[in-house]
Amino acid sequence: MKRIGLIVVILCGAVLLYATRDFPAWGDPASPASTHVSPHYIEHALQETEVPNLVTAVLADYRSYDTMFETLVIFGAGVACFLLLRSFGARRREGWYVRHIPTGVVIHFRKRPRIPHSRFFERLDTEWVPHDLIIMTICRILLPFIQLFSLYVVAHGDFSPGGGFQGGVMFGASLVLMAISFDLRTALSRVGERILALLAFLGVVLYGGIGVLCMLLGGEFLDYSELAKILPVHAEEARALGMIGVEVGVGIAVTAVMAVIYVNIASAGRHDEGL
Amino acid sequence: MEQLLQEIVAKYNYWLYIILMMIGLYAIISKNNLIKKLVGMNIFQTAIILFFISISYKEQATIPIIRNAHGPGHVSPEAIQATAYMNPLPHVLMLTAIVVSVATFGVALAIAVKVYGEYETLEEDEIRTRIREKIK
Amino acid sequence: MLEHIPVLLILAPLLAAFLVTGLAWIQSAYCLPLALAGLLGSLLASIAALHQVMAQGALSYEMASWPPPVGIELRIDLFNSLVLVVVSAVSLINLVASWEFIKREFEDRKETFLALYLLFVTGLLGVTATADLFNLYVLLEITSLSAYALIAMGPSSRAPLASLHYVYLGVIGASFYLLGVGYLYIMTGSLNMGDIASLLPAIWSSQTVLVGFVFCLVGVWIKMAFFPMHIWLPNAYTYASMTASRVLAPLMTKVMVYVMIRLMLTVFGAQYIFRVLDLGPVIVWLAVLAIVAGAVMALVQRNLVKMLCYIIVSEIGYMVGGAWMGNQAGMTGSILHLINDALMTFAVFLAAGNFAFKLGELRLENLRDLFARMPLSSAGFVLAGMSIVGIPPTCGFFSKWYLISGGLQAGQHAYVAALLLSSLINAILFMRVVEYAYFGEVRTGHGHHGGHAHGGEMDEAPVAMVACLLLVVASLVLVGLYSESIVSGMIQPFLVRSFV
Repeated sequence: MKRIGLIVVILCGAVLLYATRDFPAWGDPASPASTHVSPHYIEHALQETEVPNLVTAVLADYRSYDTMFETLVIFGAGVACFLLLRSFGARRREGWYVRHIPTGVVIHFRKRPRIPHSRFFERLDTEWVPHDLIIMTICRILLPFIQLFSLYVVAHGDFSPGGGFQGGVMFGASLVLMAISFDLRTALSRVGERILALLAFLGVVLYGGIGVLCMLLGGEFLDYSELAKILPVHAEEARALGMIGVEVGVGIAVTAVMAVIYVNIASAGRHDEGL
Repeated sequence: MEQLLQEIVAKYNYWLYIILMMIGLYAIISKNNLIKKLVGMNIFQTAIILFFISISYKEQATIPIIRNAHGPGHVSPEAIQATAYMNPLPHVLMLTAIVVSVATFGVALAIAVKVYGEYETLEEDEIRTRIREKIK
Repeated sequence: MLEHIPVLLILAPLLAAFLVTGLAWIQSAYCLPLALAGLLGSLLASIAALHQVMAQGALSYEMASWPPPVGIELRIDLFNSLVLVVVSAVSLINLVASWEFIKREFEDRKETFLALYLLFVTGLLGVTATADLFNLYVLLEITSLSAYALIAMGPSSRAPLASLHYVYLGVIGASFYLLGVGYLYIMTGSLNMGDIASLLPAIWSSQTVLVGFVFCLVGVWIKMAFFPMHIWLPNAYTYASMTASRVLAPLMTKVMVYVMIRLMLTVFGAQYIFRVLDLGPVIVWLAVLAIVAGAVMALVQRNLVKMLCYIIVSEIGYMVGGAWMGNQAGMTGSILHLINDALMTFAVFLAAGNFAFKLGELRLENLRDLFARMPLSSAGFVLAGMSIVGIPPTCGFFSKWYLISGGLQAGQHAYVAALLLSSLINAILFMRVVEYAYFGEVRTGHGHHGGHAHGGEMDEAPVAMVACLLLVVASLVLVGLYSESIVSGMIQPFLVRSFV
């Protein structure tokens, strides 16, 4: 296998290097990629969409159809992880560990114990690592800032680098951080599985819904300028608003799916004990 | 030789992306561990991202966000020059490609978890022996 | 609403997929009707699109009202409207036929399965309808992603590993395609198929365009399981759940053949492919290898589904060879065979699914006495097999006819010989199955479901499954009878511009 790999790699590399000789010079402003379609975006996007961040304008308007499917890829990944891993049944295990907090005594149960929900008992993971006070405190302080910043990234995506995906991934990462620094159950008790599913659903429906709404208002699919008919703005601003709308949808969906993927993979679909 | 060297220096980022990509491809084909293969896959996809981003670069141009777009003293739309800003399209395409590769990676990891559940190992040769034992 | 047809046929299953995931948590009883409605909507829309295309020529839909090179365009012409109808019809019929199966295999998560199934179909329809090279990549990845998951959910313990191998190769394929698109983009600055086609003639001599084309082609070949790159296919489709492989086997590879022909004719143009490059003979030889290797490996298999998978590998060889023949007859044969093969493969897999529903694993020995137990499914299987072999009233004969005449015109005798040889081998393969199923006596205490396998009492699969199989088999004969008008009414008008 190693030899085949080497042959394939050398062959591919040689072919690719052969083709680079013909490339336009790197950074040449007169190369076809910089002169054919892209000048339209650069010179007209601000006028046509009122969005100064050209990447956002192209992503969420000129090529919004692509972006819808990109969201759908993420959504599909979430659905796929759920389908592949989620298991509702109980698993065979060595037992359950519960700690009595005031005394620090850990009790081992063979069968699933029924513990009253109280602040004197806490459940421990089978492969338990002591929770570090420093990590927990730092994360507790950091989390709101990370989440606030991710919201800023989503909302300000029209004007500065950012957008739905970036913000959504960041928010999702904050949930993952919570699951790592505390434990999976803590994270899931804050944002449950049903809520995550609902969020993912809402996100994609928001995107698709805006597209269909534009169609119902008489335009083409995802033609946000039609939104001007129901919003008190003119067509260009309607495009900018439509973009914010779909970016929010993307952000919500990405947040939820990142968490779904993490939770399912970390706990192998059982949602009780993770990393 | 001189000429070749010049060629390499002028397009060094394309050479680098090819090397990176080949590292990834080699890992996918010849590594034994299924997760290492996945990592190779990610390197491979990242190389393509590097390639596309290289296309978007223009000399003397800045990032594709129009400066002074709104507010007092904003630029008039006619004054925006295509040569002043980088090409936004490859950035957009690669945002999509990144998302696709993340999604694929997530699903592949989920499948790998299932494989591990089945065979208790992620080394390909060991898995093959397990399968052979099972058939016997 | 008529002008929205191109997007509606993609949106219908897409919205159904969204709603199914939402409803799964609330009222799961509505999920199946909703999914069926989505697929039916897309079937109706694609038939309407076909009708419109026949009447007034290609439909173009400017997404978000941006004109093509700036925005994304959907373009439906004679060729892909045909493919769209086949894709939506096959996926709808498969869902009807497989619902019992899905209920049995995925009890507590059938809604999730449905959602993923709908996403898969959405991706296929999108790949077929789009006129934008990058959009094609994104949709291809949706299709592949859902295919990976659908395969990994298979009942066999080897399904996840087969799926993971598919992931590796699939990602290489898609990335190669993306790289090829990047090479075209760096030379032309455009992503729209029509726009690139108009820009390419000026730079035909460029090495970058050549390498871009080769990478697109190799990427698509990996995805369609063209011979040396086919290694992922047999295991993946065999160990997948029958419901999934029933839709994957006929559609996934065929849609990739569609993409290849689309790239050849619409993006690069026949002029470039056959005159400037002259790669034809080499690729036809590869196709010959694929045909022979697929047929020979099918002979070795003891598992019915795996045997069918290798037949697919050899059929891919037919289509690639025909497309690269460089003449109109070969291309006609290739396109017609694409349609026919989708239906034929679907029919044999439907029949195999019916068998599997009752028998479990489909080793050839398990098939003994099948005719007595499942007469209708077996009859359907035989008819579909006849079509794959290429016996006249069925559609397989006509496309092979065009392929052979294309091969003779081009002087590719090896291809013709390989095609005939593999038809012969296919005949042997199906005869062998029939021998087991019809003549084989019941062994005592055999196999899987020994309990209800004795004697000759009938034990047919559920009505929906059998009815769908018979419907598809009837369509095989119908398409066969009307293949003359399909060729003269749709395929030849489409090819006229390419082969002057």
